[in-house]
Amino acid sequence: MTTKKQILLLCVLFLSAYTLFSYFTNSKTKINFDENPEETIIAADYFAGKTIEWIIPFKEGGGGDTWARFNAPFLTKYIPGNPTIIITNIPGGGSIKGANLFAERVKPDGLTILGTSGSTQMPFLLDDPRVRYDYADYKPIMAYPNGGVVYVSNTLGLKSAKNIKDIQDLSLIYASQGPTSLDIVPNLAFELLEMNVKTIFGFRGRGAGRLAFERGEVKIDYQTSSAYLKNVTPLVKSGEAIPLWSWGVLDDTGKLVRDPSFPDLPHFGEVYDYMHQGSKPKGLSYDAWFATMAAGFGGMKLMLVPKETPNRIVEIMQEAFVNIKQDPEYIAKKQKAIGYYEQVIGKKAQVIFDIATSIEEAEKEWCKSFLREKYNLNI
Amino acid sequence: MIDLVFQALQTLFTPEHFVFLLLGVFLGLIIGVFPGLGGIAGLSLLLPFLYGMDQVSALATLIGLVAVIPTSATFSSVLMGIPGSSSSQATVLDGFALAKKGQASRALSAAFTSSLFGGLIGAIVLTFFIQIARPVILFFGSAELFMLAIFGLSMVGSLSGKSLIKGVVACGFGLLVGSIGSAPATGEFRMVMGLDYLYDGLPLVVIALAIFAFPEISELFRKDAAIADKDAKDLGRAGWIMGMKDVIKNKWLALRCSSIGTIIGAIPGMGGSVVDWIAYGHVVQSSKDKSQFGKGDIRGVIAPESANNAKEGGALMPTLLFGIPGSGSMAVFLGGMVLIGIEAGPSMVTTDIDLTYTIIWSLAIANVLGAGFSLFLAGPISKLTQIKFSLLAPFMIMVISFAAFQATKDITDLWMLMLFGLVGIFMKRFGWSRPAFLIGFVLASQAESYLNMSVQFYSWEMFTRPGVIVIMLLSLITVYFSRRGTVDENAELMEKTKTKGLSLRPQILFASFVTLFIGVFIVDAFAQSFLGSIFPLAIAGVIFPLSIYLIFDFIKKKDEAAAGFDAEQLAEEGIFKASWYEPVLWIGGLYASSSILGFIPSIIVFFISFLTLKAKQGILRTALLTAAAVVMLLLFGYFLNLDFPNGIIF
Repeated sequence: MTTKKQILLLCVLFLSAYTLFSYFTNSKTKINFDENPEETIIAADYFAGKTIEWIIPFKEGGGGDTWARFNAPFLTKYIPGNPTIIITNIPGGGSIKGANLFAERVKPDGLTILGTSGSTQMPFLLDDPRVRYDYADYKPIMAYPNGGVVYVSNTLGLKSAKNIKDIQDLSLIYASQGPTSLDIVPNLAFELLEMNVKTIFGFRGRGAGRLAFERGEVKIDYQTSSAYLKNVTPLVKSGEAIPLWSWGVLDDTGKLVRDPSFPDLPHFGEVYDYMHQGSKPKGLSYDAWFATMAAGFGGMKLMLVPKETPNRIVEIMQEAFVNIKQDPEYIAKKQKAIGYYEQVIGKKAQVIFDIATSIEEAEKEWCKSFLREKYNLNI
Repeated sequence: MIDLVFQALQTLFTPEHFVFLLLGVFLGLIIGVFPGLGGIAGLSLLLPFLYGMDQVSALATLIGLVAVIPTSATFSSVLMGIPGSSSSQATVLDGFALAKKGQASRALSAAFTSSLFGGLIGAIVLTFFIQIARPVILFFGSAELFMLAIFGLSMVGSLSGKSLIKGVVACGFGLLVGSIGSAPATGEFRMVMGLDYLYDGLPLVVIALAIFAFPEISELFRKDAAIADKDAKDLGRAGWIMGMKDVIKNKWLALRCSSIGTIIGAIPGMGGSVVDWIAYGHVVQSSKDKSQFGKGDIRGVIAPESANNAKEGGALMPTLLFGIPGSGSMAVFLGGMVLIGIEAGPSMVTTDIDLTYTIIWSLAIANVLGAGFSLFLAGPISKLTQIKFSLLAPFMIMVISFAAFQATKDITDLWMLMLFGLVGIFMKRFGWSRPAFLIGFVLASQAESYLNMSVQFYSWEMFTRPGVIVIMLLSLITVYFSRRGTVDENAELMEKTKTKGLSLRPQILFASFVTLFIGVFIVDAFAQSFLGSIFPLAIAGVIFPLSIYLIFDFIKKKDEAAAGFDAEQLAEEGIFKASWYEPVLWIGGLYASSSILGFIPSIIVFFISFLTLKAKQGILRTALLTAAAVVMLLLFGYFLNLDFPNGIIF
C-alpha cells in the first residue's frame, strides 16, 4: 500500500469512528421548546441521566468556585433524577471571559448554568467594552448575598463610626485590587464620607490587603463577612482593629438594613447619615454607591439560566434548594464553607437579581466620572 | 505539644485514613506526570470523594495530592525537557542534558531522593516554626518583597551565558513580555493589540513550554535520533544507585536548597515559580567547578528538586495561619479545606492545632511515598529516552499542546505556544539565555506591583528598612559571585569549533526583531499614564540601547563580535536531517487544523500522517499508536473534566 493510501484509509477510519463516538456520547434528549417559557411541558424526571454544566468564571479554589462546589453535590442529591453536575472553571478578565463564553454557548435547557459574582456584575453595569453578556437575557435560580465590614487600626484613635468626622483629617491608604473590581464599593464609600484615602492598586485579593493591614502598611481595610469573622475578630479582641461599619444587607423589599451577622455595627447608610447629619434625600452619589453595593454584595453570587428556559426547569432546581436547606449535612457545613447568609430562591432571588443587575443611567455616569477623575480611567 | 504531634500520627496511620492518603498520592503522581495539569486538575477529580469524608481523611487526600506533584513532575522535565510544573523549570537545564547523555536514570534517582529530602525538611521546619511564623511572615512587607524580586533577578547574572549584555537583554525582554496585559498599578491594558487573550497577560505554562520544550522538541525532530545520544553509555540500573549516592555526597547542598525552598515558599506573594531558579542560581554560584552546569551536572538537578518539594511545607505556613495561599497549588488546597469545613486562620495553631499536625504528617508521609513510587518507576520509564524520536515526537507534541491549552482553554494558547516557541528556537540557536528570559517573565508582575506599592507606602525610606538592606546586600553578593562563572548551554559547542567565518545575517535579524519589540513597547507605553508606564519604560530604557549596541557590534566586528554565536552554523554537518522550519510547519499545521476540525480529529490526522510519512511506520503500528493517543486524551478529558480546543466542525 502506498503511504498516501495508508494515510487516507486510516484517517477515514479513525475520523468516522470518532464522529460516531462523539455522536453517541453527546446525545442529549432534545425537547421541543415552546416560545413561551411558561408553557413548555417538562417531565418531573427531566434531569434523570443528564449532566448539568455549571460555568464558574473564576479560578479553582477561590470564593466563587468554593460556593459552586459546595452546592453541587447537594443539587445532585435533591434534583429528581440525580443529574451529574460538572463545575467548569473559566477564569480570565476578572470573570468577563467565562461569562462571555456562557453567553455564546448556552441553550435554554437548564443543562448549562452560570454562577456569577459581584465582579461579573460590576463591569456589566459600568459598560466595560469587553462585556458581551447581558443580564437582561437571564433569570435567577438562586441568589446568595454577602456582606463585609470596614475596620481601622487602633492607632488612629477612632472608637466607632459615631466619630466618623474625626477621620476626615487623617490621610489614609487603602490596599485595593483594582479600580473596577469589587473595591469600587469601598472606594466610593470613602469618597462619599469625604475621607482622605489614597488607593494603591495591585493587591491580589482581599487576603493580601488584610496582610498589609496586619503589617501596619495600611490603616483601613474591609473584609467580606466570613474572612472578617475568622481573621479580623481576633484582632478586634486584642484591640488592634476597630470595626466601623458593615455594608448592610438588602431586606425582602430591597431596602438597606443592618447586617444580622453584625447587629451592633451600623450599616453604611447610617454612617453616611452621621457624616451628613441626616440630610435627606441622600442624593445621586449615594444612589450610585447603593447600586454598586447591591451588585457587589446584595447579589454577590447569582446562579443563572437564560430567560427562555422553561419555568418548570427553574422550579425543579428551586424545589431542590428547599430540600437542600433541610439537609443536616448542609446545615452543619454551610456556615464554614460559604458563609452566614441564606441562599435565597423564588421571589426573593428575583428582587435581589433585579437590584443587583440594574443601575440608573445617571448613577452609571456618576460612577464613570468618579473613576475618570479619581483614577484617570476611561471606560 | 509532643503528645499531640504523635496522636496525629497515630490517627493518620489507622487503615481507614491511610487509604485516603495513598489515594491522594496516587492521583498526585499520575497528574504530576502530565505537564501543565497541576493540582488544579486534581482537585476537580478529588472533590466528589471529599464529600462525606471525615476531616482527617480529607486533609490527608488533599495533602497527598499537593505534596507529590512536584515530585512526579520531574519525569517530564528530565526525560523530555518539558517543564512538568511551574516549579520544575530549572530542573530541565541539567536534568534533560543528563538524559541526553544516557544518564536519565541517575538524574531521576537523584531528583527523587532530593525531593524526598526537601519534602521532609519542609515538614520539619513547618512543625517547629508554625507556632512562631506569624511575625516572620508579617516582616515581609511590600518593600522586602520587591527586593526579593530583585534578588531573583540577580540570579540572571549566573545564567546569562558568555555575553552578559545578551543575558541582560534576554532578561529585560522577558520582563517586558511579562508586563503585557493589565498594569498592576492602574489596571490599564498594555500591548494587548486588541486581543482579549492578552488582557490577563501571557500564561506562565505557555511561555515555559514555548521557551524550553518547543525548541528541544524541534531540535530532536530534526536530528531524528533517540533522546539519549547513541554514543553515550546507558547507565540503566547502575544510575539508580549513583543518583542516590550523588545526593548523599551533596547533602549540604540539598539542605541549603531545602531551606531556600521553605523560606521562599513561606513568603506569601513570591509564588512557587521562582524558587527553582533561586536554588539553581545558588548552586551555580556556590560551586567551584562550574564547567558542567547546563551540560549535565547532577548538582543542577539536586538543587531545584530539593527546593521545590520543600517549598510546599513553607507555603503551608501562610496558608494555614492567614488563609492566604503561598502558591497556586495552595490556593486549591485552601479551597478544598473550606469545603470540608475547615477555615484557615489563627486558630490553626491554637484550637485546631491537631489538624495542623495531621497536615504536617500527611505532608511528610506523602513525600516518602511519592518519592518511593517514583524511584521505583524511574528505571523502566527512563527507557523512553532510548526510543527513536520520530515515534515519540507526536506524543510529545500532543502533550505540550494539551498542556498549553489547559492554561486558559483558548485556542490562542496554542498559537502563543508556537509564536514564543519560535522565539525559543532562535534564542537557543543564537545563544540567548533562555533561563534569563524566563526569570524576567516570572518576576515581571511581582517586581512591578511591589515596587509600586512600596514607593507609595514608604517612598525612598524603603531603602532604610533593615530587611530591604539585607536582601539588597544578598543580591549584590549574588551579582559579584555570578561574574566568576556563568552557565552557558552552548559552551561545549563554542570550545569545539571556531566562530570564524560565520554569516551574521540571521543573528542581526533576530536581534533586530527583539529591538523592534522593545521599540513597540516603548511607543505603547507613551500612551499610558505615568504609573502604568514607568516600569516597562525603565526596563526598555536599559535594554533598548543595549540591544542596539549588540546589532552594531555584529555589524562592525563581524565574526569577532563577543556576543556572536550561531548553533546552526556551528553544528556538525549532517546532524540535522531536516530544515529548522519543518517541525514548526508540522506543529503549525496541527494548530491550523485544530482551529477548523477541532483538536482530537486533528490529532488523529496528525498522528497518522506523521507516523506514516516521518516515522515510516506500517499500517498496524500507526493505527495502534494513534488509537493509544486518542484514548489517552479522551480518558483524560472524561476523568478530569478537561476541554479540548474546539474547531468549527467538531
